[in-house]
Amino acid sequence: MEVGQMQRRLLDYTKTLLMEGFLDGQFLQLQQLQDESNPGFVVEVVSLFFDDSEKLLNDLTSALDQPSVDFSRVDSHVHQLKGSSSSIDAQRIKNASLAFRNFCEEQNVEACQRCLQQIKQEYYLARNNLETLFRLEQQIVAAGGSIPMLEMGF
Amino acid sequence: MNVSEKTVRGDGTNNSATRNRVSVLVVDDDPTIRTIHKALLSSMGMEVEVASDGQQAVNLHQMGASYNLVFMDMDMPVMDGLQATRKLRAMGIKTMIVGVTSRNFGSDIQDFLQAGLNYCIVKPLTIEKVTPLIGEVIRNM
Repeated sequence: MEVGQMQRRLLDYTKTLLMEGFLDGQFLQLQQLQDESNPGFVVEVVSLFFDDSEKLLNDLTSALDQPSVDFSRVDSHVHQLKGSSSSIDAQRIKNASLAFRNFCEEQNVEACQRCLQQIKQEYYLARNNLETLFRLEQQIVAAGGSIPMLEMGF
Repeated sequence: MNVSEKTVRGDGTNNSATRNRVSVLVVDDDPTIRTIHKALLSSMGMEVEVASDGQQAVNLHQMGASYNLVFMDMDMPVMDGLQATRKLRAMGIKTMIVGVTSRNFGSDIQDFLQAGLNYCIVKPLTIEKVTPLIGEVIRNM
């Protein structure tokens, strides 16, 4: 596949992720922070987020499995997940976290466990989508091309 | 004590606050957010240091570091943003301190403001949110 085609494929894929609510303008701002002095910035940040989130999700699973659930601890983890997901623009994880916090306030264990399952699904979806995005970028760079940037308001 | 060594010289002054460059301290326990905010603020021409909780931020100031602007997360382990802000104000620190939170309850934000913040904004930082703050810092330099 020639570079131009790969670049168009990347742009189309990015647009799809934006339209399906996986990403928003904040991700495009992150891409704009990437430059020659910091070429791996987006991958670095997203990897940090996913590693941290995986730990949080494991902690949440363990916290909700306790015979007596410590909801303040659960809420604290979800709050952290909400904060960091908004910074890398993982909108669907952030929205699922908002619902989760409401059920924490109600101390509804079953609803919290359902929310956790939903967040895990969104997490794996987001991870797969962004890994695909980064693979497309790597293919373009390996073929000698540059990564095209989507303009905000496309 | 985890203190950034390059921040403090032996005479207690801050070697990050060079002339015409705004020096910023980003205080947040989330490594993703520290990385993003540092990159954003650096891209805007600022000298950026980071701390991973309120205690570290207080320690830096006690060691003699000074900044033109502090972005303070609200929820952090060891020492949260409210406690850290109160301590810094009690130490006589007049730097602009801007609270950064993902909470959206008015009462939480009010408590944070009353701890001594100049402003409070919702995460994440963006160029649009930061620019007017930098403008005010520069006008007061």
